[in-house]
Amino acid sequence: MAVTATLTSTERQIGIAISAGLAILGLAMAAVAKTGPMALHGGMALVLGIALVFYLGGALYDHPEPTNRRHAEYYDAPTRFGIVMTLIWAVAGMGVGVWLAALMYWPEATPAVPWTSYGRLRPVHTSGVIFGFGGNALIATSFYVLQRTSRTRLADAVSPWFVLIGFNLFCLWAATGYVMGQTQSKEYAEPEWYADLWLVLVWVTYFVVYIRTLARRAEPHIYVANWYYMAFILVVAMLHIVNNLALPVTWGAGESFTIWSGVQDAMIQWWYGHNAVAFFLTAGFLGMLYYFLPVRAQRPIWSYRLSILSFWGIVFFYMWAGSHHLHYTALPYWVQTLGMTFSVMLLVPSWASAGNAIATLNGAWDKVRDDATLRFMFVAAVFYGLSTFEGSFLAIRPINSLSHFTDWTVGHVHSGTLGWVAMIVFGAIYSLVPKLWGRDDMAWPKAVEWHFWLAIAGTLIYVVSLWNAGITQGLMWRAYDEGGALSYSFIESVEAMLPYYAARTLGGGLFLAGAFLCTVNCRATMRAAGDRVDEADRPLATQPAE
Amino acid sequence: MLKLHYNLEKLSMGLVGAIVVVASIGGIVEIAPLFTIEQTVEIPDDMRPHTPLEMAGREIYIREGCYACHSQMVRSLADELDRYGPYSLAAESAYDHPMLWGSKRTGPDLARLGEKYSDDWHVAHLIDPRSVIPVSIMPAYPWLTRDLDTGLIADNLTALARLGVPYDDAMIENALADARGQSRPDTDGADGVRDRYGEDIAVRAFDGDPSRLTEMDALVAYLQSLGTLTDAAHEMLAEDTQ
Repeated sequence: MAVTATLTSTERQIGIAISAGLAILGLAMAAVAKTGPMALHGGMALVLGIALVFYLGGALYDHPEPTNRRHAEYYDAPTRFGIVMTLIWAVAGMGVGVWLAALMYWPEATPAVPWTSYGRLRPVHTSGVIFGFGGNALIATSFYVLQRTSRTRLADAVSPWFVLIGFNLFCLWAATGYVMGQTQSKEYAEPEWYADLWLVLVWVTYFVVYIRTLARRAEPHIYVANWYYMAFILVVAMLHIVNNLALPVTWGAGESFTIWSGVQDAMIQWWYGHNAVAFFLTAGFLGMLYYFLPVRAQRPIWSYRLSILSFWGIVFFYMWAGSHHLHYTALPYWVQTLGMTFSVMLLVPSWASAGNAIATLNGAWDKVRDDATLRFMFVAAVFYGLSTFEGSFLAIRPINSLSHFTDWTVGHVHSGTLGWVAMIVFGAIYSLVPKLWGRDDMAWPKAVEWHFWLAIAGTLIYVVSLWNAGITQGLMWRAYDEGGALSYSFIESVEAMLPYYAARTLGGGLFLAGAFLCTVNCRATMRAAGDRVDEADRPLATQPAE
Repeated sequence: MLKLHYNLEKLSMGLVGAIVVVASIGGIVEIAPLFTIEQTVEIPDDMRPHTPLEMAGREIYIREGCYACHSQMVRSLADELDRYGPYSLAAESAYDHPMLWGSKRTGPDLARLGEKYSDDWHVAHLIDPRSVIPVSIMPAYPWLTRDLDTGLIADNLTALARLGVPYDDAMIENALADARGQSRPDTDGADGVRDRYGEDIAVRAFDGDPSRLTEMDALVAYLQSLGTLTDAAHEMLAEDTQ
């Protein structure tokens, strides 16, 4: 079914107006900038806006309008689009990651042209996987989960599209900007001011459609998963706005200076950076876990009290923890100490969540054994527990003195992102794709099993090799000989890394192969879409007439 | 408490309000004081801002993502003091929008890099790192020999001045001339830079060719300035050891 057929002609007209607005915005950006990344980004917005005008305009009167029956159905077309984008970004973002890993022991592999340089591609990897892969997965599943747990249809049909298309435009601006050398250099907040403003617009729309749908819920209580998705939406908005406050150099240059400087900038950057981990890469995905794991296992969440404890613990404690990125630096000592203390306390709500998820599987362990999809979710909960333990551990000052600035940090991050975030996303994708494309199962159920073992092997090889790399580095940097001189020059520590960098490339390659298999499997499933109605789906509550 | 939550989770806006309040506390307690306490706002008397050429080099450093592999933050640990030099002070990056402390050392820290190596070494190293350090895994940057785009040099200073970096009107007005002057010793321009930024700043043809102003000039000028904007860190360490 064409997407336009899910929209009434009024909604199509609104869509045309918004698309025209996007085209005009793009034209204005290109006109003001004239050259450089901002002009190209304006051009991209212009082309996208015009294409959408034609797409919607062509269908304006031709396609039949949806009947009133649509109010008796959930609105899943945006979720389907979001899942497709998740898969595209997964392969692109992880592919760049593996390429970068290879460059670290084979630096000559880069053609000597600016836009394939390591430093420019690195944020393409981080933004591609965090925002492109993770962000699309979060938005897509949040719409699905919100509707089921509220037993109501999305409050509006146009704004979910604005959110998803607008968000992907942001991701595309980010990635293309980096390769052209456009960056604010703030880690995980690299895009320039106009992209940041655009994301604010997208995010406010996201919040509005979310809260309007929630207000229409037919259940008195808001389900736990939605608390997490809501915390994700709200706190990411807060972090994004504060960290990205900047003064453009000129209106057309597409460059800016952050209003923060020095030590204040460092604190705000890592308040942002650590809570991007907390609220983008944890809270949102916990929302996913709290819905898909119990549904797949057909078991209720083990403890309601533990859910409350862990939710508010995470919302409160995480926001203090960012300063553990700045141990022994010029940041005042007491702020470092606070960051360390709260990071250690964070273990309580983190393990409460992980334990709650694992205890939920009690009585369903045979399913974990037989069903690779549920096993993805189980492993995600285990890695969530492991990497939050490691996180608290690495935040302790003397440990951090060894681990900070080394590859141990990179290993830790990937234990969280590959082992926890990506695993829960794949679990959710394998749950959703058959349902949303009207089938009983994935096209190739066996490939899910293959993907699982590729992902596990890849994650373990990656993480273990970087643990070794990081600890070796840290020890070499601080080693003294008998005469009281440093034992190793820096370059000797670089040389010692090469076998580990090779191993991590292999691990990343296996993980990428799994993601690629998932994408191909999903594509085969989508192409063989059926018209099976998901009997297990929660029925919509009867809607009041509009 | 459970009863309270039982009721709270029935109110969508109540939950929104509670999340915003609970999530704001940590940031406010840790960040707000940093704008007032002496340790983080005091600026040494001899501290100078980057020259226009160094600023242009800093923009290239950011553009190429150098910060992804190099930190600019010497921690107060014995081995770091021995390897790099005095530990970094908050004041040293007070004019840095944004700071470039970094989070990873795939390569060494650069906070004390200034004047440690010759200009020639930097030029050779940036064009082909393995020509000077055979086992280096740093990417090569051969394109840095192209002409420097000077279009935004004055605008950069204007914007930074508005954010509180002490660039005065003369500095902004002469930004372009100063950028050229710093890479051309024995010219009037060179004297102008020294007048405005101090006698100690490096005025050299950083890429070895005074006739062209290249990205290499700017980046090497920036690298040679790292850790030289103030002597405060050296003085502080000398006081500590006494």
